[in-house]
Amino acid sequence: MDASIAALLTQDGVTNGAIYALLALALVLVFAVTRVIFVPSGELVAFGTLTLAGLQLGKTPGTVGLLAGMAIVAGVMEIVASLRRGELRRLPLRLLLWCGVPIAVAVVVRAIAPLSLPLPLQIVATLAAVTALGPLLYRIAYQPLADASVLVLLIVSVAVHFALLGLGLWFFGAEGSRTPPFASASLVVGNVNISVQGMLVVLTSIAVILVLYLMFSRTLYGKALRATALNRVGARLVGVSPSLAGTLTFSLAALLCAFSGVLIGPITTIYYDSGFLVSLKGFVGAIIGGLVSYPLAAAGALLVGLIESFSSFYASAFKEVIVFTLIIPVLLWRSLTTRHHEEEE
Amino acid sequence: MNVRRLGFPLVVALLALVPLAAPQFWITLGNYIGLYSIVALGLVLLTGVAGQTSFGQAAFVGLGAYTSAYLTTRYQTSPWIALAAGLAITAAISLFLGFITLRMRGHYLPLATIAWGISLYYLFGNLDALGGHTGMTGIPALFVGALELRNERHYFYLVWTIALAALWSVDQLLDSRPGRAIRALRGGLEMAEAFGVNAARLKIVIFVHAALLACISGWLYAHLQRFVNPTPFGINQGIEYLFMAVVGGAGSVWGAVVGATLITLLKQWLQEGGVLMTALKGTLEQLLPRGISPSGNFELIAFGVLLVVLLQRARDGLWPWLARWLPKEAPAPVVDAEPLPRREHNPFDGPLLEVRNARRQFGGLVAVKDLSFSIHAGEILGLIGPNGAGKSTTFNLISGGLPLTAGDVHFRGESIAGFAPYEIARRGIGRTFQHVKLIPAMSVLDNVALGAYLRTRSGVLAASLRLDRRDEARVRAESLRALERCGLGEHRFAAAGSLPLGSQRIVEIARALAADPVLLLLDEPAAGLRYLEKQRLAALLRSLRAEGMTLLLVEHDMEFVMGLTDRLVVMEFGEMLAVGEPADIQRNPAVREAYLGVA
Repeated sequence: MDASIAALLTQDGVTNGAIYALLALALVLVFAVTRVIFVPSGELVAFGTLTLAGLQLGKTPGTVGLLAGMAIVAGVMEIVASLRRGELRRLPLRLLLWCGVPIAVAVVVRAIAPLSLPLPLQIVATLAAVTALGPLLYRIAYQPLADASVLVLLIVSVAVHFALLGLGLWFFGAEGSRTPPFASASLVVGNVNISVQGMLVVLTSIAVILVLYLMFSRTLYGKALRATALNRVGARLVGVSPSLAGTLTFSLAALLCAFSGVLIGPITTIYYDSGFLVSLKGFVGAIIGGLVSYPLAAAGALLVGLIESFSSFYASAFKEVIVFTLIIPVLLWRSLTTRHHEEEE
Repeated sequence: MNVRRLGFPLVVALLALVPLAAPQFWITLGNYIGLYSIVALGLVLLTGVAGQTSFGQAAFVGLGAYTSAYLTTRYQTSPWIALAAGLAITAAISLFLGFITLRMRGHYLPLATIAWGISLYYLFGNLDALGGHTGMTGIPALFVGALELRNERHYFYLVWTIALAALWSVDQLLDSRPGRAIRALRGGLEMAEAFGVNAARLKIVIFVHAALLACISGWLYAHLQRFVNPTPFGINQGIEYLFMAVVGGAGSVWGAVVGATLITLLKQWLQEGGVLMTALKGTLEQLLPRGISPSGNFELIAFGVLLVVLLQRARDGLWPWLARWLPKEAPAPVVDAEPLPRREHNPFDGPLLEVRNARRQFGGLVAVKDLSFSIHAGEILGLIGPNGAGKSTTFNLISGGLPLTAGDVHFRGESIAGFAPYEIARRGIGRTFQHVKLIPAMSVLDNVALGAYLRTRSGVLAASLRLDRRDEARVRAESLRALERCGLGEHRFAAAGSLPLGSQRIVEIARALAADPVLLLLDEPAAGLRYLEKQRLAALLRSLRAEGMTLLLVEHDMEFVMGLTDRLVVMEFGEMLAVGEPADIQRNPAVREAYLGVA
């Protein structure tokens, strides 16, 4: 290996790592606030890429049908819940939120699909469509089980992952898609080529992370989410509704997933079922960060990207083995350096 | 009627009849259900009871299958020797994974097992010696004596003999000394460790146990199929095993069988289509024209949706729901048995416990500041002080719940600073908790029996084979004596969580007594008790002192403390304010200032 190959592999690694970092953040966020291990995040990534790809081809993306269907299910659940509790007064508002908004998004996306709008607008439409799936997922699958154990929530997550996988094939079909790059130019620094595409990915990821950071440290809703993550009961006592926290968290996580999907689209061909492995790598990053610390999770994800890119050069058949076995030495190191009995809480 | 006595032979008899009558198709399904049940059973123990999640069980199944496949085809080894080899490899790997993850708190085991599950799958698929993704064929059939098990009907007997034996042994294990400790792990490690359970070690043992069960299932699978490839050992199957345990009801051994049956039948039904599915698909096609046809993986959608709905309706799984229709099991009566041996005391002069310049800081806050006091053998020492004075922190520094920042604690002349709670328990220090820590679903008697953990020795193996009954009878009799002494004998079989809070505190004292402690640490024992109950508690503590036990009492209730203790240590702002006899303390101006604001 010479320096130029190393530089290329590093670039690849950092680019992928930046995408994994977004996913790692989504996973840490969802786990901290709702105790859900967000297994279906991978599907949302794939839906992001496939939605953008559909829009670029001028076709109605499958997300439209998915949104409409899930909005109807959520609406039915709201009606049943309201009838059961006898609270019909607030039903119209809730129906507007749970059915009206997602269906409106679906209608708009469907209307603009054949227009071949410029790329930035298509990206906005993609983000909106996929983000709208997040709260619907929470409302339908997780909210009725919000106080269940981590294990039950995990199993529900896996079941949701299966259902979305099946729905993905149904709505998006079996063909893979790859979106055209945002930029094809490259910069030459010294004797190293730096692709503008890769830089865009990294910069976008950093920007998204910064915005999240500001949101969590400056806004009331951000603080409410942090409070919920720290102490669910306490947050509830001071008036943070757990279902609001859950809905917000899932919206944010879906947005992060959609972003990852848009960014990864030009890098690899994405099929309806490609997301799982991508999000697992984000997960490995999150684990390295201990599932608690955002900066460590992002750093871990970056490391995963680098190791993946270098191991695909040296031993491509064992790429996945190397990436996933990486957790073991990290855990071993933690196990040996952590004091025998940690302090509780 | 006793289900455990009648139900088990009934299931055995029914299963024995299946291969005689059922069509081939059901035999095949039955074999798979048996194989899956064995794996899910390990998860009931590991996940349902002990609260540790593993995604890697399918990989352990693969380890058992591939070890046997490789050894029997490459070296013509006997399958039984290959089984031993598989078990040895599985034990080594699970021990390693357990060692690096289970000594830490937090969600490390699920993460490590995900990694392990995925890596092993890709390793199987990429190693040419193991046939790569195509796998290995020509695995020999099993011989039991002279009988070659080529026929699936014969194999059915082998699979279910092993499955039921495993089921029986895990059921025995849960109702035993290690079983109580395993069930205590879920209630927080602090509690289990306070009675001498080495929680990390126990968790590792259970993880290895579950992995070995998975390995046996894999070995059976290899010789049933006579062919292996990586597919059934990937992370998806690992998740599916977890499904089985959770959907069946991970709190009970029968949940494993129910879950394995349900998931297997559900998948079979979904794959076949069936009338209902065809109708559903047809309706959807009608509803959604325009190019979106429900093609491809419709089963997967239905599978996912059905599971979500099922868990929303019955989050503890199906077994508890089914069990309501079965007759309740009567608890086994407690028979009188020889008392357990008492702790032997080497003579020791000097204070029983000495706290020397103990210091505890939380960040910048000094909760306990260079505190020194000692407890003499045979006295009741009270530790009092206003809220936030550092009483509970001091308590935890002695019991090992918190590490000391500086200073030392000596028990019978030996430094116990830095010892884990279970090591401190072993030396004869018993305790109760300020916030009651009982296992709510377990009977009062079993909760108390956990206290006697260190007084018998029977381990996982003896308990699984029911070789521990003599010790068990003694533990139960001893626990009942402790319970009766505290006046709660008639509640022995009630679920601990059903008792009022005050009584639960007393159960905690009975549990501590069952450990036969030299020094008993009580954290606010009188909180939540009514006047008469307090008087009874005081009488009990006095009689314990009369028998030579030493007690440390952290308490708020002044009246209770003044009438009971021999000496008092008063704390304020993490420091000692005064020490002396109750009457002197009552007159002490500094104490009056701290409590009443007047000198």
